[in-house]
Amino acid sequence: MAEKKSIEERVKNIIVEQLGVNPEQVTPKARFIEDLGADSLDTVELVMAFEEEFNVEVPDEEAEKLQTVGDVIRYIEENLEEES
Amino acid sequence: MSLKDKVALITGASRGIGKAIAMELALMGSSIAFISKNPLQVEQTEKMLQNLGVRTKGYALDISEISQLKKTIDDILKEFGQIDFLINNAGKTEDRLLLRMSEADWDSVMNINLKASFFMIKFVGKHFLSRNYGKIINISSISGLTGIPGQANYAASKAGLIGLTKTVAKELGPRGITCNAICPGFIETDMTQHLPLERKEKILKEIPLGRFGKAEEVAKLAVFLLGPGGDYITGQCFIIDGGLLA
Ligand SMILES: NC(=O)c1ccc[n+]([C@@H]2O[C@H](COP(=O)([O-])OP(=O)(O)OC[C@H]3O[C@@H](n4cnc5c(N)ncnc54)[C@H](OP(=O)(O)O)[C@@H]3O)[C@@H](O)[C@H]2O)c1
Repeated sequence: MAEKKSIEERVKNIIVEQLGVNPEQVTPKARFIEDLGADSLDTVELVMAFEEEFNVEVPDEEAEKLQTVGDVIRYIEENLEEES
Repeated sequence: MSLKDKVALITGASRGIGKAIAMELALMGSSIAFISKNPLQVEQTEKMLQNLGVRTKGYALDISEISQLKKTIDDILKEFGQIDFLINNAGKTEDRLLLRMSEADWDSVMNINLKASFFMIKFVGKHFLSRNYGKIINISSISGLTGIPGQANYAASKAGLIGLTKTVAKELGPRGITCNAICPGFIETDMTQHLPLERKEKILKEIPLGRFGKAEEVAKLAVFLLGPGGDYITGQCFIIDGGLLA
């Protein structure tokens, strides 16, 4: 089995792929819209990608609060139930 | 024209305009998923569409049960793999003078005509977004444009659909998703069958083409918009009324 990637790495990979940004830009403090050039629909798509990758469901009112890379990592760490 | 690799999701496809849209799309080769309320009608429509040789599955559900809608759409995506077209057609009237209209009259019409359409778009819209493609048609009504006595609830719901249509066109347009509304006038279906005779005659006098429209005529307009002819059309409302509002 492939070595398990950390949540942070998986989140970053998704962001790099979806937004076409450089991995170095994807720091925990980076804001999706202001720093990574996402538009509002990109942020919806990102959340969909996170939901799929981590098999979690992010309610709309929570999704709105996920504005930085760090917000997402924290949210997933707190809400991840699968994968023991 | 062939729409062979397309999957359409139609609400209220077991009678009237929705059924005609399903048939026209099936003739173009599209696969048809549909949601209607009455299980028996769903079964019959499914058989009829199967006989046209297309892939089809009907889901018996009251679309005002929003909590069930998402699950049904997930099931449809599992079954068909994709959705290309969403046609929000299911609708009802509950006509009454507004001074006698109850909260239940208002809510049931709003919930089915407007609220369910919103949630259909919301749930299917995410799928459209992930594919950067999708065409949405909302079946509104001339009632939503001019108002018709006795239809305060219905007219408001249909006018609401037009506002919804335009907003969806603007929000999702940047991702190649289109959304248009069709506003039929008086069309021969169960919905208009029970109009009192004198009322019907009075309306007929006001329609320049001198007759009610056929469900197939509305369906052909929908199919045009869903086909390549509609690729650069979004946020619009198409009146098909035999000239009534001319
Ligand atoms: N006919 C007209 O003159 C006219 C004019 C302008 C606009 N429109 C609009 O066109 C659309 C279709 O009308 P129509 O004349 O074809 O009506 P119809 O003959 O009465 O058919 C209505 C369809 O909607 C379905 N439906 C109704 N409530 C539903 C619910 N809660 N959940 C799921 N399905 C439901 C019905 O399913 P079941 O068979 O299971 O009940 C049926 O298939 C409506 O939105 C209507 O407002 C019609």
